Amino acid sequence: MLELAFPPAFVLILGALLVAVVRPGLRPLVLLGAPLLTLWAIWRLPDGVLLTAPFLGYDIELVEADALRRLFATVFALMAFAGGLFGLLQARTRELAAAYAYAAGAIGVCFAGDLITLFLFWEFMALFSTVVIWCGEGENARRAGLRYALMHLVGGVLLKIGIEGVMVHTGSVDVRALALDSFDAWVLLAGVLVNAAAPPVSAWIADAYPEGSPFGAVFLSAFTTKTAVLALILLFPGAQILVWIGLWMIFYGILYALLENDMRRILAYSIVNQVGFMVCGVGIGTGMALNGAAAHAFAHILYKALLLMSAGAVLHQTGKRKCSDLGGLWHSMPVTTACGIVGALAISAFPFTSGFISKSMIGQAAADQHLMLVWFLLTAASAGVFLHAGIKFPWFVFFQKDSGLRPPDPPWNMRAAMILLAAACIALGCFPWMLYELLPYPVDYLPYTGAHVVTQFQLLLFAGLAFFALLPLMQRTLTISLDFDWLWRVAMVELAAGIARAWRALGDASRALWQRRAGLWLRRGLALVAPDGILARTQPVASMALWVLLVLALLIGLARV
Amino acid sequence: MSKKTLWTVFAIALALSVLAEFAIDIHLHFGIDGWFGFHAVYGFLACVALVLVARLMGFVLKRADDYYERIAAAREEQDDA
Repeated sequence: MLELAFPPAFVLILGALLVAVVRPGLRPLVLLGAPLLTLWAIWRLPDGVLLTAPFLGYDIELVEADALRRLFATVFALMAFAGGLFGLLQARTRELAAAYAYAAGAIGVCFAGDLITLFLFWEFMALFSTVVIWCGEGENARRAGLRYALMHLVGGVLLKIGIEGVMVHTGSVDVRALALDSFDAWVLLAGVLVNAAAPPVSAWIADAYPEGSPFGAVFLSAFTTKTAVLALILLFPGAQILVWIGLWMIFYGILYALLENDMRRILAYSIVNQVGFMVCGVGIGTGMALNGAAAHAFAHILYKALLLMSAGAVLHQTGKRKCSDLGGLWHSMPVTTACGIVGALAISAFPFTSGFISKSMIGQAAADQHLMLVWFLLTAASAGVFLHAGIKFPWFVFFQKDSGLRPPDPPWNMRAAMILLAAACIALGCFPWMLYELLPYPVDYLPYTGAHVVTQFQLLLFAGLAFFALLPLMQRTLTISLDFDWLWRVAMVELAAGIARAWRALGDASRALWQRRAGLWLRRGLALVAPDGILARTQPVASMALWVLLVLALLIGLARV
Repeated sequence: MSKKTLWTVFAIALALSVLAEFAIDIHLHFGIDGWFGFHAVYGFLACVALVLVARLMGFVLKRADDYYERIAAAREEQDDA
C-alpha cells in the first residue's frame, strides 16, 4: 500500500536533489525525467485518502487524491517539465534545483489531506520560491526576494493562526469546506489570500516575479497563486466575499498593466487579473463556477508560462525589459513572436485557444445564477484583458516602432518549450473535452455555439479597435506606478524612521534637561563649601558655642520625651 | 503591407463580426446583451473607460522609473551621515 501511495511530491523533491548533484552531462536527463515520473506517480493514485501518519497526536493525511487535486498536480508537473526544458541548458543549476523543489511543494499542497500537511508544503514553496527570486540579477532581486519572503512569512503566520484555531475549536485538521463564521476561518482565509495576491497585498507579484531570471519567472508565475486558488476551492467554495475580491483583482490587474512599461511587470499584473477570474469563480461556487475556476487555472498556467517564456526569451537575447526600449523584434525573432502571440490570444480567450473554453465557464456560471452586475463586469474585463495583455504585450515588444534590435531567436531548447506550450494552448482550445474530462464536476457546457463565438469575436475585435484608436494615450513612458507596496516600502519605513527620530530627540532633550538640573544642584552643593561658601566662612567662637549649647539642649529635651 | 491595407483588413473583420449576428441566433442572459451589436459596443466602451481611468490614475501614481532606487540611495546616504 505504501508503495502504491508514494507521495508524488517526494518524487519531484528527489528530482530536485538529483538536479543539484548529478554530473552536468546527466542533468538534462534528470530535468526532463523527474517531472514525467512525477506525472506518472500522480496518475496512479486512486481516489481517497491513501497515506496517513501520526504527527503531534493528529493523524495527518499525506496523500489524498481526487479529480480536482489531480488536475492541479498534473498541470504543475507539466509546468515543471516545460520550465525545465526552457532552462535546460541556460539556467543555473541551483536555480533549477530550487524551482523543482518549489514545484514539488505545490504538488504536495495538491494532495494534502489535512491542514498540517498543507501548511508544511505551503512553507516549503515559500522557501524555495524565494531562492528562485534570489537567482535573479543584482541588488534589485536581492531586495525584492527579501520583501517577497517577508510577505509570505506574514501570510504563513496568518495561515498558521487560522489552522491552529480550527484544530483547537473543531478538533479536526481535515481539509474540507469551512463556513466563514469564526475568527479562525477568517484568518485562515486571509492567509490563503496573501498567496492568491488578493488586495491589499496584490503588489507582491509585480514587485517580486519580474526580478527573477528569465527562467525563474516562468516557474514563479505558475505555482504560488494557483495553489492558493486550489486551497480556496477546497476550503471556501461559494464564499460570497470572494466574488468581490476577485472582481477587484481583475480590474486592479488591468489598470496597473495598462500603466506599466516593464514587459514582465505587465505580465505579472495580468497574473493578478487572471487569478481574479478564478477567485470570482470560487466565490460563485456552483459546480459550473468551480469547474470554470479549475479549468481556468489549468489553462492559465500554460499560457502565462508561454507569455513569460517569450518575454524571457526577449530578455535573454537583448538584456532589455522595458517596452520603451523594445519593438520591431518580429524581424529577427519569428518563433518567439509567433509563440508570444499564441499566448496573448489564449489569455484573451480567443476562440480556438485554451482561454476561450475555460474563462467562459465562469461567465456562464455568473449568468446561470442571474448575477447581472458580476456578468457585466466579467465581460468588460474580458475585453480589458485583450487590451492590456492580448495586444499591449506583443504590440510593444514585437511590433510598434523599430528599435533597431536584431537579436536571433533563443537556443533550441527555449524554442522547443515555447512551441510545446503554444501547441498545448491551441490543442486545448480545439479539443476542450481533453480538459473537461479532468474537471471535478460533470461538465454540461458547450463552448462552441455560434452565438458565443460571434459575441466573443465582437468583444475582442472592438477592444482591439479601442486599443489602436487610443494608441496616443498608451505610449510608453519611462515610469513606474505607485502601488500598495508603496505603503510598506516607503510610508511604513518613513513612519518607523520618524518614530525613531522622535524617540531619539526625546532622549536627547531629557538628557539635556537632566544634565542642566543636575549641574545646578551640584553647583549649589559646591557653593556651600566653596572658599566663600557659607560653610567655609570664618565664624566667631562664641557663636559656635551658642549653637552647640542649643543642639545639646535640644537632644536632652528629645531624650527626655 | 502598408498601414492602410492593415486598417482595411481590420475594418472588414470588425464589420464581419457584427454582421454575423444576422446569421446566428444570439441567446439572451439578461435582455440587453441580446441587442444587435451589443458586444461590439460594450467591448469598445469598456476599453475606452479602462484606458481613461488608467490615464487618470497615471497622473497621480506615475513616478520616475528609478523612484525606489533613489529612495534607497537617499536612505543609505542618511545612514552614512
